[in-house]
Amino acid sequence: MKDQKNSLDIKKLARASFCLTFSFLNHTITPVIKLKKYLEYYLTWFRIGLFTFGGGYAMLPMIEKEVIERHHWTTEDEVMNYYAIAQCTPGVIAVNVSTFVGYFQSGVLGALVSTLGVISPSILIISAIAGILSSFSDLAVVQHALAGIRIAVSILMSTSIIKLFKKGVVDIYTSVIFGVALVIAVMSNVPTVLIVISAGALGVIFSMLKAKGARS
Amino acid sequence: MNTVVLIMIEFFLTGLFAVGGGLATIPFLEEMSVKYGWFSLDMLSTMIAVSESTPGPIGVNMATYIGNVMNGPLMGIITTLSLVAPSFLVILLVSRVLEKFQKSKLVQNLFYGLRPAVVALILSACLGIFKTTFLLPEAFSLNFVNLALFGVLLFVYKKYKLNPIVLISICAVLGIVLSL
Repeated sequence: MKDQKNSLDIKKLARASFCLTFSFLNHTITPVIKLKKYLEYYLTWFRIGLFTFGGGYAMLPMIEKEVIERHHWTTEDEVMNYYAIAQCTPGVIAVNVSTFVGYFQSGVLGALVSTLGVISPSILIISAIAGILSSFSDLAVVQHALAGIRIAVSILMSTSIIKLFKKGVVDIYTSVIFGVALVIAVMSNVPTVLIVISAGALGVIFSMLKAKGARS
Repeated sequence: MNTVVLIMIEFFLTGLFAVGGGLATIPFLEEMSVKYGWFSLDMLSTMIAVSESTPGPIGVNMATYIGNVMNGPLMGIITTLSLVAPSFLVILLVSRVLEKFQKSKLVQNLFYGLRPAVVALILSACLGIFKTTFLLPEAFSLNFVNLALFGVLLFVYKKYKLNPIVLISICAVLGIVLSL
Protein backbone atom coordinates (compact mmCIF):
# COMPACT_ATOMS: atom_id res chain seq x y z
CA MET A 1 0.00 0.00 0.00
CA LYS A 2 2.74 2.34 1.09
CA ASP A 3 4.90 1.20 -1.80
CA GLN A 4 2.10 1.85 -4.25
CA LYS A 5 1.67 5.37 -2.94
CA ASN A 6 5.38 5.93 -3.18
CA SER A 7 5.59 4.72 -6.75
CA LEU A 8 2.60 6.87 -7.61
CA ASP A 9 4.39 9.84 -6.19
CA ILE A 10 7.44 9.00 -8.18
CA LYS A 11 5.35 8.69 -11.31
CA LYS A 12 3.72 12.02 -10.55
CA LEU A 13 7.07 13.55 -9.82
CA ALA A 14 8.50 12.16 -13.04
CA ARG A 15 5.58 13.47 -15.02
CA ALA A 16 5.75 16.85 -13.33
CA SER A 17 9.46 17.15 -13.88
CA PHE A 18 9.05 16.03 -17.47
CA CYS A 19 6.38 18.69 -18.04
CA LEU A 20 8.53 21.27 -16.34
CA THR A 21 11.59 20.40 -18.40
CA PHE A 22 9.54 20.30 -21.56
CA SER A 23 7.95 23.68 -21.01
CA PHE A 24 11.32 25.06 -19.97
CA LEU A 25 12.91 23.76 -23.17
CA ASN A 26 9.94 24.91 -25.18
CA HIS A 27 10.21 28.43 -23.84
CA THR A 28 13.97 28.76 -24.09
CA ILE A 29 15.10 26.63 -27.01
CA THR A 30 12.33 27.48 -29.45
CA PRO A 31 12.87 31.23 -29.26
CA VAL A 32 16.61 30.59 -29.59
CA ILE A 33 16.00 28.49 -32.71
CA LYS A 34 13.67 31.16 -34.09
CA LEU A 35 16.17 33.85 -33.25
CA LYS A 36 18.86 31.84 -34.99
CA LYS A 37 16.68 31.62 -38.09
CA TYR A 38 16.22 35.39 -38.23
CA LEU A 39 19.88 35.97 -37.51
CA GLU A 40 20.64 33.72 -40.48
CA TYR A 41 18.34 35.81 -42.72
CA TYR A 42 20.00 38.99 -41.53
CA LEU A 43 23.57 37.74 -41.99
CA THR A 44 22.89 36.17 -45.39
CA TRP A 45 21.35 39.36 -46.78
CA PHE A 46 24.09 41.40 -45.13
CA ARG A 47 26.66 39.36 -47.07
CA ILE A 48 24.68 39.87 -50.29
CA GLY A 49 24.56 43.64 -49.72
CA LEU A 50 28.25 43.74 -48.89
CA PHE A 51 29.27 42.09 -52.18
CA THR A 52 26.88 43.83 -54.53
CA PHE A 53 28.74 46.22 -56.83
CA GLY A 54 26.56 48.18 -59.25
CA GLY A 55 22.95 47.98 -58.20
CA GLY A 56 20.17 45.47 -57.92
CA TYR A 57 21.00 43.49 -61.06
CA ALA A 58 24.57 42.88 -59.95
CA MET A 59 23.12 41.28 -56.83
CA LEU A 60 21.75 38.39 -58.87
CA PRO A 61 24.84 36.11 -58.74
CA MET A 62 25.09 36.55 -54.96
CA ILE A 63 21.39 35.72 -54.58
CA GLU A 64 21.88 32.59 -56.66
CA LYS A 65 24.81 31.45 -54.55
CA GLU A 66 23.52 32.35 -51.09
CA VAL A 67 19.73 32.22 -51.23
CA ILE A 68 19.13 29.53 -53.87
CA GLU A 69 22.12 27.18 -53.71
CA ARG A 70 23.17 27.44 -50.09
CA HIS A 71 19.91 27.94 -48.19
CA HIS A 72 17.26 26.80 -50.72
CA TRP A 73 15.00 29.64 -49.62
CA THR A 74 13.69 30.18 -53.14
CA THR A 75 14.11 29.02 -56.76
CA GLU A 76 15.46 30.56 -59.97
CA ASP A 77 11.94 30.81 -61.39
CA GLU A 78 10.66 32.66 -58.36
CA VAL A 79 13.61 35.04 -58.35
CA MET A 80 12.81 35.92 -61.98
CA ASN A 81 9.20 36.58 -60.99
CA TYR A 82 10.38 38.84 -58.16
CA TYR A 83 12.66 40.78 -60.50
CA ALA A 84 9.77 41.24 -62.93
CA ILE A 85 7.55 42.64 -60.19
CA ALA A 86 10.40 44.76 -58.81
CA GLN A 87 10.59 46.46 -62.23
CA CYS A 88 7.02 47.71 -61.93
CA THR A 89 6.94 48.54 -58.24
CA PRO A 90 8.55 51.56 -56.61
CA GLY A 91 11.92 51.65 -55.00
CA VAL A 92 15.27 49.96 -54.90
CA ILE A 93 15.23 46.55 -56.63
CA ALA A 94 17.48 44.92 -54.01
CA VAL A 95 15.04 45.87 -51.27
CA ASN A 96 12.07 44.57 -53.23
CA VAL A 97 13.70 41.19 -53.82
CA SER A 98 14.86 40.76 -50.20
CA THR A 99 11.39 41.69 -48.95
CA PHE A 100 9.83 39.06 -51.24
CA VAL A 101 12.17 36.24 -50.23
CA GLY A 102 11.93 37.12 -46.53
CA TYR A 103 8.13 37.31 -46.64
CA PHE A 104 7.67 33.95 -48.33
CA GLN A 105 10.15 32.44 -45.88
CA SER A 106 8.74 33.78 -42.58
CA GLY A 107 6.10 36.47 -43.09
CA VAL A 108 6.41 40.15 -42.24
CA LEU A 109 9.17 39.70 -39.66
CA GLY A 110 11.23 37.64 -42.11
CA ALA A 111 10.79 40.37 -44.72
CA LEU A 112 11.81 43.08 -42.27
CA VAL A 113 14.93 41.26 -41.06
CA SER A 114 16.05 40.39 -44.62
CA THR A 115 15.58 43.95 -45.83
CA LEU A 116 17.44 45.43 -42.86
CA GLY A 117 20.21 42.94 -43.60
CA VAL A 118 20.61 44.00 -47.23
CA ILE A 119 20.72 47.75 -46.43
CA SER A 120 22.96 47.52 -43.34
CA PRO A 121 26.34 47.28 -45.13
CA SER A 122 25.53 50.39 -47.18
CA ILE A 123 24.64 52.38 -44.08
CA LEU A 124 27.80 51.30 -42.26
CA ILE A 125 30.22 51.77 -45.16
CA ILE A 126 28.83 55.03 -46.50
CA SER A 127 28.59 56.58 -43.04
CA ALA A 128 32.22 55.68 -42.41
CA ILE A 129 33.36 57.02 -45.78
CA ALA A 130 31.29 60.20 -45.80
CA GLY A 131 32.72 61.11 -42.40
CA ILE A 132 36.37 60.46 -43.16
CA LEU A 133 36.96 60.79 -46.87
CA SER A 134 34.99 63.04 -49.14
CA SER A 135 37.11 62.12 -52.16
CA PHE A 136 36.97 58.36 -51.61
CA SER A 137 36.07 57.54 -55.19
CA ASP A 138 38.97 59.64 -56.55
CA LEU A 139 41.58 57.51 -54.78
CA ALA A 140 43.77 55.62 -57.28
CA VAL A 141 43.61 52.40 -55.22
CA VAL A 142 39.81 52.50 -55.23
CA GLN A 143 39.70 53.12 -58.97
CA HIS A 144 42.06 50.20 -59.69
CA ALA A 145 40.16 47.87 -57.37
CA LEU A 146 36.88 48.85 -59.06
CA ALA A 147 38.34 48.26 -62.52
CA GLY A 148 39.24 44.75 -61.34
CA ILE A 149 35.83 44.21 -59.75
CA ARG A 150 34.15 45.15 -63.05
CA ILE A 151 35.75 42.06 -64.62
CA ALA A 152 34.38 39.93 -61.76
CA VAL A 153 30.93 41.47 -62.22
CA SER A 154 31.06 40.77 -65.97
CA ILE A 155 31.90 37.12 -65.32
CA LEU A 156 29.22 36.73 -62.65
CA MET A 157 26.55 38.48 -64.69
CA SER A 158 27.21 36.56 -67.89
CA THR A 159 26.99 33.21 -66.09
CA SER A 160 23.80 34.32 -64.31
CA ILE A 161 22.22 35.60 -67.50
CA ILE A 162 22.93 32.32 -69.31
CA LYS A 163 21.35 30.41 -66.43
CA LEU A 164 18.25 32.64 -66.46
CA PHE A 165 18.02 32.48 -70.25
CA LYS A 166 17.77 28.69 -70.11
CA LYS A 167 15.00 28.96 -67.50
CA GLY A 168 12.98 31.75 -69.10
CA VAL A 169 13.40 31.24 -72.84
CA VAL A 170 11.88 27.80 -73.32
CA ASP A 171 10.04 27.87 -76.67
CA ILE A 172 9.37 29.93 -79.78
CA TYR A 173 6.95 32.29 -77.98
CA THR A 174 9.33 33.14 -75.16
CA SER A 175 12.17 33.58 -77.71
CA VAL A 176 10.06 36.19 -79.50
CA ILE A 177 9.31 38.03 -76.24
CA PHE A 178 13.02 37.93 -75.31
CA GLY A 179 14.17 39.25 -78.69
CA VAL A 180 11.64 42.05 -78.93
CA ALA A 181 12.15 43.13 -75.31
CA LEU A 182 15.93 43.19 -75.77
CA VAL A 183 15.77 45.31 -78.93
CA ILE A 184 13.32 47.76 -77.35
CA ALA A 185 15.29 47.99 -74.09
CA VAL A 186 18.61 48.63 -75.87
CA MET A 187 17.43 50.81 -78.76
CA SER A 188 14.64 52.95 -77.34
CA ASN A 189 13.59 54.97 -74.33
CA VAL A 190 10.36 53.06 -73.77
CA PRO A 191 9.82 52.93 -69.98
CA THR A 192 10.73 49.58 -68.43
CA VAL A 193 7.32 49.34 -66.79
CA LEU A 194 5.68 49.32 -70.22
CA ILE A 195 7.99 46.57 -71.49
CA VAL A 196 7.20 44.43 -68.46
CA ILE A 197 3.43 44.95 -68.68
CA SER A 198 3.31 44.16 -72.41
CA ALA A 199 5.44 41.05 -71.86
CA GLY A 200 2.98 39.87 -69.20
CA ALA A 201 0.05 40.47 -71.56
CA LEU A 202 1.85 38.61 -74.36
CA GLY A 203 2.47 35.74 -71.95
CA VAL A 204 -1.27 35.41 -71.34
CA ILE A 205 -2.13 35.68 -75.06
CA PHE A 206 0.56 33.19 -76.14
CA SER A 207 -0.56 30.72 -73.46
CA MET A 208 -4.10 30.91 -74.83
CA LEU A 209 -2.82 30.35 -78.39
CA LYS A 210 -0.79 27.38 -77.19
CA ALA A 211 -3.80 25.87 -75.42
CA LYS A 212 -5.92 26.35 -78.57
CA GLY A 213 -3.22 24.75 -80.73
CA ALA A 214 -3.05 21.77 -78.39
CA ARG A 215 -6.82 21.28 -78.53
CA SER A 216 -7.29 21.44 -82.28
CA MET B 1 6.84 71.90 -40.22
CA ASN B 2 9.74 70.19 -38.49
CA THR B 3 12.61 69.79 -40.98
CA VAL B 4 13.27 66.17 -40.02
CA VAL B 5 9.64 65.25 -40.66
CA LEU B 6 9.74 67.10 -43.98
CA ILE B 7 12.91 65.23 -44.96
CA MET B 8 11.29 61.92 -44.04
CA ILE B 9 8.21 62.75 -46.12
CA GLU B 10 10.29 63.84 -49.13
CA PHE B 11 12.42 60.69 -49.10
CA PHE B 12 9.34 58.53 -48.56
CA LEU B 13 7.68 60.11 -51.63
CA THR B 14 10.89 59.62 -53.63
CA GLY B 15 10.91 55.96 -52.68
CA LEU B 16 7.25 55.69 -53.61
CA PHE B 17 7.46 57.28 -57.06
CA ALA B 18 10.90 56.22 -58.32
CA VAL B 19 9.94 53.08 -60.22
CA GLY B 20 12.62 50.77 -61.61
CA GLY B 21 15.59 50.82 -59.28
CA GLY B 22 18.03 53.14 -57.54
CA LEU B 23 19.07 55.33 -60.46
CA ALA B 24 15.43 56.34 -60.94
CA THR B 25 15.70 58.35 -57.71
CA ILE B 26 18.23 60.83 -59.15
CA PRO B 27 15.68 63.22 -60.77
CA PHE B 28 13.76 63.35 -57.49
CA LEU B 29 16.92 64.18 -55.54
CA GLU B 30 17.75 66.94 -58.05
CA GLU B 31 14.31 68.42 -57.52
CA MET B 32 14.77 68.24 -53.75
CA SER B 33 18.10 70.04 -54.01
CA VAL B 34 16.56 72.87 -56.05
CA LYS B 35 13.43 73.13 -53.92
CA TYR B 36 14.93 73.00 -50.40
CA GLY B 37 18.70 73.48 -50.80
CA TRP B 38 19.43 70.73 -48.26
CA PHE B 39 22.38 69.72 -50.42
CA SER B 40 23.98 71.15 -53.56
CA LEU B 41 23.70 69.79 -57.10
CA ASP B 42 27.49 69.29 -57.10
CA MET B 43 27.06 66.97 -54.17
CA LEU B 44 24.75 64.80 -56.27
CA SER B 45 27.51 63.98 -58.75
CA THR B 46 29.86 63.08 -55.87
CA MET B 47 27.01 61.01 -54.46
CA ILE B 48 26.65 59.03 -57.69
CA ALA B 49 30.41 58.41 -57.83
CA VAL B 50 30.57 57.25 -54.21
CA SER B 51 27.44 55.11 -54.52
CA GLU B 52 28.76 53.32 -57.57
CA SER B 53 32.18 52.71 -56.04
CA THR B 54 30.99 51.25 -52.75
CA PRO B 55 29.21 47.94 -52.23
CA GLY B 56 25.46 47.78 -51.78
CA PRO B 57 22.34 48.69 -53.75
CA ILE B 58 22.91 52.08 -55.43
CA GLY B 59 19.61 53.61 -54.28
CA VAL B 60 20.37 52.78 -50.65
CA ASN B 61 23.93 54.10 -50.93
CA MET B 62 22.71 57.39 -52.39
CA ALA B 63 20.12 57.94 -49.66
CA THR B 64 22.66 57.16 -46.92
CA TYR B 65 25.26 59.46 -48.48
CA ILE B 66 22.89 62.41 -48.86
CA GLY B 67 21.64 62.01 -45.28
CA ASN B 68 25.22 61.92 -44.01
CA VAL B 69 26.12 65.04 -45.95
CA MET B 70 23.04 66.83 -44.64
CA ASN B 71 23.47 66.06 -40.96
CA GLY B 72 25.68 63.14 -39.96
CA PRO B 73 25.18 59.36 -39.68
CA LEU B 74 21.85 59.50 -37.82
CA MET B 75 20.29 61.51 -40.65
CA GLY B 76 21.80 58.94 -43.05
CA ILE B 77 19.82 56.21 -41.33
CA ILE B 78 16.64 58.33 -41.33
CA THR B 79 16.83 59.14 -45.07
CA THR B 80 17.64 55.52 -45.94
CA LEU B 81 14.78 54.04 -43.93
CA SER B 82 12.36 56.65 -45.31
CA LEU B 83 13.40 55.85 -48.89
CA VAL B 84 13.15 52.11 -48.37
CA ALA B 85 9.85 52.08 -46.43
CA PRO B 86 7.50 52.45 -49.45
CA SER B 87 9.14 49.59 -51.40
CA PHE B 88 8.93 47.42 -48.34
CA LEU B 89 5.24 48.15 -47.76
CA VAL B 90 4.27 47.82 -51.42
CA ILE B 91 6.09 44.47 -51.75
CA LEU B 92 4.41 43.19 -48.57
CA LEU B 93 1.05 43.97 -50.18
CA VAL B 94 2.04 42.35 -53.47
CA SER B 95 3.35 39.30 -51.57
CA ARG B 96 0.01 38.84 -49.83
CA VAL B 97 -1.83 38.97 -53.16
CA LEU B 98 0.73 36.73 -54.85
CA GLU B 99 0.45 34.20 -52.02
CA LYS B 100 -3.26 33.81 -52.81
CA PHE B 101 -3.10 33.75 -56.59
CA GLN B 102 0.29 32.14 -57.21
CA LYS B 103 -1.29 28.88 -58.33
CA SER B 104 -3.85 30.50 -60.63
CA LYS B 105 -3.48 29.85 -64.35
CA LEU B 106 -3.61 33.56 -65.19
CA VAL B 107 -0.69 34.47 -62.89
CA GLN B 108 1.31 31.51 -64.21
CA ASN B 109 0.72 32.68 -67.78
CA LEU B 110 1.69 36.24 -66.86
CA PHE B 111 5.00 35.04 -65.48
CA TYR B 112 5.53 32.82 -68.52
CA GLY B 113 5.66 36.04 -70.55
CA LEU B 114 7.50 38.10 -67.93
CA ARG B 115 10.49 35.79 -67.45
CA PRO B 116 12.03 36.14 -70.94
CA ALA B 117 11.46 39.92 -70.78
CA VAL B 118 13.26 40.11 -67.45
CA VAL B 119 16.24 38.24 -68.89
CA ALA B 120 16.31 40.76 -71.74
CA LEU B 121 16.12 43.71 -69.32
CA ILE B 122 18.91 42.34 -67.14
CA LEU B 123 21.06 41.73 -70.24
CA SER B 124 20.46 45.26 -71.52
CA ALA B 125 21.33 46.72 -68.10
CA CYS B 126 24.58 44.75 -68.10
CA LEU B 127 25.63 45.92 -71.56
CA GLY B 128 26.88 49.13 -69.91
CA ILE B 129 29.18 47.17 -67.59
CA PHE B 130 30.38 44.99 -70.48
CA LYS B 131 31.07 48.09 -72.57
CA THR B 132 33.22 49.80 -69.91
CA THR B 133 35.01 46.52 -69.21
CA PHE B 134 35.83 45.41 -72.74
CA LEU B 135 36.02 48.61 -74.78
CA LEU B 136 38.71 51.24 -74.40
CA PRO B 137 37.31 54.76 -74.07
CA GLU B 138 39.23 56.03 -77.09
CA ALA B 139 38.50 54.89 -80.66
CA PHE B 140 36.35 51.80 -80.07
CA SER B 141 39.24 49.43 -79.63
CA LEU B 142 39.01 46.33 -77.51
CA ASN B 143 40.59 46.15 -74.09
CA PHE B 144 42.63 42.97 -74.65
CA VAL B 145 44.03 42.82 -71.11
CA ASN B 146 40.55 42.74 -69.64
CA LEU B 147 39.34 40.27 -72.27
CA ALA B 148 42.22 37.91 -71.45
CA LEU B 149 41.59 38.25 -67.71
CA PHE B 150 37.89 37.65 -68.31
CA GLY B 151 38.62 34.41 -70.18
CA VAL B 152 41.13 33.06 -67.68
CA LEU B 153 39.08 34.00 -64.61
CA LEU B 154 35.85 32.67 -66.12
CA PHE B 155 37.62 29.32 -66.64
CA VAL B 156 38.97 29.30 -63.07
CA TYR B 157 35.59 30.38 -61.65
CA LYS B 158 33.75 27.56 -63.44
CA LYS B 159 36.40 24.89 -62.93
CA TYR B 160 36.88 25.41 -59.18
CA LYS B 161 33.28 26.51 -58.55
CA LEU B 162 34.50 29.62 -56.73
CA ASN B 163 32.23 31.59 -54.45
CA PRO B 164 31.35 34.99 -56.01
CA ILE B 165 32.85 36.68 -52.95
CA VAL B 166 36.18 34.97 -53.62
CA LEU B 167 36.08 35.96 -57.29
CA ILE B 168 35.29 39.61 -56.45
CA SER B 169 38.13 39.71 -53.91
CA ILE B 170 40.64 38.18 -56.36
CA CYS B 171 39.65 40.69 -59.04
CA ALA B 172 39.91 43.66 -56.66
CA VAL B 173 43.44 42.61 -55.69
CA LEU B 174 44.36 41.97 -59.35
CA GLY B 175 43.04 45.42 -60.26
CA ILE B 176 45.27 47.07 -57.66
CA VAL B 177 48.35 44.94 -58.43
CA LEU B 178 48.08 45.35 -62.21
CA SER B 179 46.88 49.00 -61.96
CA LEU B 180 43.97 48.22 -64.30
